[in-house]
Amino acid sequence: MTKEELIPKLKNIIAPYVQDEEAFKNLNEDTDFVKDLKINSANLVDIILDIEDEFDIRLENEDMEQMLDVKSAMEIINSKLES
Amino acid sequence: MKKVDIINLLPYQNPFLFVDGIDEISEEKIKGHYTFKSDETFYKGHFKDNPITPGVILTECMAQIGLVCLGIFLMRNELDDSTNPQIALTSHQMDFYLPVLPNEKVTVISEKEVFRFNKLKCNVKMINEKEQLVARGKISGMIHIPA
Repeated sequence: MTKEELIPKLKNIIAPYVQDEEAFKNLNEDTDFVKDLKINSANLVDIILDIEDEFDIRLENEDMEQMLDVKSAMEIINSKLES
Repeated sequence: MKKVDIINLLPYQNPFLFVDGIDEISEEKIKGHYTFKSDETFYKGHFKDNPITPGVILTECMAQIGLVCLGIFLMRNELDDSTNPQIALTSHQMDFYLPVLPNEKVTVISEKEVFRFNKLKCNVKMINEKEQLVARGKISGMIHIPA
C-alpha cells in the first residue's frame, strides 16, 4: 500500500488515543507515537490491535517494539501484507 | 501455581491490600473475595460519622483481584520468587449499584477480554454476600516482569 493510502487509515486508527492534537494535525512519516502524539503504552497496544483488525494481519512482540513512529508502522504493515 | 502464591506476589500490603483469597482461577476468569474491616483507614473520612466504602476503593479491590491476580497467573511461567511484577492501572470505566459498608464481604468476578503485549483488559463485577450486584465495569492495566 502506498503512503497516500496508508496514512489516512492510520490517522483514523490513532485519532481516539491522541493526547497532542496539534502534533496529530501535522502528522507525517516522522511522527513518533509516544514523543509527539503523547500516546501511553496501554493505548499503543490498542492501536496495534486496531491495526491488526483493519489490515487483517497478526503482529508480534518484535513488531510492537519497532513500531515507534508512523514510518515504521507503515513498513511493518506493508511487510506483513506482502508475506 | 497455587492461589496463595499469587497473593504473596502481589505488590501491596496493609493498608492497601484488598484481597483475602482467590476462589477460582483459570486462563479466562478469576473469582476472589475481600472483607472490608471496620477499621480501614478511609472510613474515618468517607464519610464523616457515616462510614461507606469509597468507589475508588471498590475499583481498587476489583483491579487487585480481577486484573493483578489474574495477570500474575497469566504470566506465571515468567515469574519466580525473586521477581516483582511491575503493574500500572491504565483505564477503567465503572458503574456502581449498591454501597458497601464496614464488615461486608465482597466477591469479585473478572473475565479476560484481551491479554496481549502485556496489556490486560477485563470485564469485572463485584457482588455482595446477598449476591447483589455492587459494581460492574471494564478495567485495563499493563503488567511487566523486569528482566
